Amino acid sequence: MQSLVRHPVALALLAIAALLLVGSTIAIVPETKQGVIVRFGDPKKIINRYRPNEDFGKTGAGVILRWPFIDQIVWIDKRVLSVEMERQQVLSTDQLRLQVDAFARYRIVDPLRMYIAAGSEERVSDALRPILGSALRNELGKRPFAALLSPERGQVMDNIEAGLNRVARQYGAQIVDVRIKRADLPDGAPLESAFTRMRTAREQEALTIRAQGAKQAQIIRAEADANAARIYSDSFGKDAQFYDFYRAMQAYRYTFAPDRQGSTAMVLSRDNDFLKQFQGR
Amino acid sequence: MKRFFGWMPGIASAMAQGPWGGKSDGPDGNDGQGRDGDGKGSDGPRNPWTQPGRPGAKGPSAIEELLRRSKESFGQGGGGFGNLPPRPSGKALWPAAIGILVVLWLVLTCFHRVGPQERGVVTLLGKYSRTLSPGISLTLPAPLENVTTVDVEEIRTIDIGSTRAESENLVLTGDQNIIDLAYSVRWNIRSPELYLFQLSDPDSSVREVAESAMRSVVASVSLEDALGAGRTEIEQQVEQRMQEILDGYRSGIRVQGVAIKQADPPTAVNDAFKAVSAAQQTAQTYLNEARAAAQQVTAKAQGEAAAFDKVYEQYKLAPDVTRRRMYYETMEGVLSNVDKTIVEGGNVTPYLPLPELRRRAQGGAPQGSATVEGQ
Repeated sequence: MQSLVRHPVALALLAIAALLLVGSTIAIVPETKQGVIVRFGDPKKIINRYRPNEDFGKTGAGVILRWPFIDQIVWIDKRVLSVEMERQQVLSTDQLRLQVDAFARYRIVDPLRMYIAAGSEERVSDALRPILGSALRNELGKRPFAALLSPERGQVMDNIEAGLNRVARQYGAQIVDVRIKRADLPDGAPLESAFTRMRTAREQEALTIRAQGAKQAQIIRAEADANAARIYSDSFGKDAQFYDFYRAMQAYRYTFAPDRQGSTAMVLSRDNDFLKQFQGR
Repeated sequence: MKRFFGWMPGIASAMAQGPWGGKSDGPDGNDGQGRDGDGKGSDGPRNPWTQPGRPGAKGPSAIEELLRRSKESFGQGGGGFGNLPPRPSGKALWPAAIGILVVLWLVLTCFHRVGPQERGVVTLLGKYSRTLSPGISLTLPAPLENVTTVDVEEIRTIDIGSTRAESENLVLTGDQNIIDLAYSVRWNIRSPELYLFQLSDPDSSVREVAESAMRSVVASVSLEDALGAGRTEIEQQVEQRMQEILDGYRSGIRVQGVAIKQADPPTAVNDAFKAVSAAQQTAQTYLNEARAAAQQVTAKAQGEAAAFDKVYEQYKLAPDVTRRRMYYETMEGVLSNVDKTIVEGGNVTPYLPLPELRRRAQGGAPQGSATVEGQ
């Protein structure tokens, strides 16, 4: 005892050794991980395996014991993981091209199976990615372009999810969700022709609006004219003869008004009605 | 917990007294690891290196000698591994320093200040144990319990697309048109535990879900709706759909709102859209002009009709007199302004001095002559 204390290097070495031993016996399992205990390559036990709807604190997380230096733990993510698909060009049944981005979310529900079949989460993602791509292409390729934009898209997604799930199960994974992130027209000709279509549609709309405006304006004017005519005839029609006289008087006054342009000379006959009194008859 | 706090008096006395005593075999010598070394040290076998009595004699001890000398060079001979037990009264700095470190470690890792907008998620050796409310809370020291504080009140914003012209976020609408969309999503954390433990990358998940939800909603509305009238409804639908998806992941995230900042036609076709609004303006102009003219025409008719009616009323009372009066008055007005030539009727040939008249009409203005014949 005494001598041990006297030799701190020895003490330190001992402590390190003890620490190593403890460290390799005790393992701390976080909530976000599940693991497979592997003994000489032979998977023995699954720890903290995912179960749906479990409450945190009641899972298998915490401290576990293992055989030091014999048991190895392969850690596998317990959370929802994501796999993103590269952009895919999809040809719909009506020969329109669509550029599609999609993602799938999955989680490892069977860590042992996943460890045997893939080895790591990354390899599961790598395995799922091309399958997601081809499932998407196949499923979308069966439909006309318009269907991809319609609410039917939900059905498409369900089909893809089912197909992908079959493959995922082989890797001990379960697909949580598959979604199309973007569905775009490819750059170049398809996009340009869509723009052209939009542009011509707008031009047509503009012309229509203008023509409709002109039409409405004309109708308004005509209605006003008709209305005026009715007012005139209602009023003047009471005595056409007097109207003729009255209107003539107005016209004379207007025509020979002093502020009219040009000078007027009049040659009056003696028989003129105006000069009737001239003659004293 | 008890055990750790049990150390406290020991440390205190160590700091006060200086002598570390032969008993406490320096678990603190290696700090946190000490508690393992503790058990080990008591029943540890005699070391092969320890048999030589004094240091400095043989191979491995040379290191110790070196250590001792270097220790002696500062701190007036205190400290030094080998020297502790034989000098019970020596002023050892080592224990004090270690004691301070331990206290610091305990203070820093046991007390947690959780802000009013935060929650602290405590894991006991990896296992979720509880969530701390705002305030000061006590936990076990670091390696045992870990606290992750999560800001649950902060509204995080994700911007998708931008309002600047150079970058376009083109989205297909239900009628196969394309719009340029910029929107932002506001969200916060509803459940810190789920947020920490459920998704491998919650932040980018929110983004992807937002994009997916927005595109699927826009794909179900028409261009007109997406550009204007239907915006609020789109925002609500996206928010709802996002929440459904995120709840499906049990992500612990609440979507606070989706705001469409910009929904415009793409730059490539913007001119055509402007032409439409210009056409609308033009059409409106046509209508305004027509309405004005119509008002004018109607008012004129009404005025003239009213005037005629008034005169006619009087005329009917005394038709002949009124008629003559009107005739004379008009003629008066007309003839007083013009040059008059009265010609004797019968066999006189009237001579019209047209050249003369023309000369009199200055400036080549159109001139005319008229003969007013009585009825």
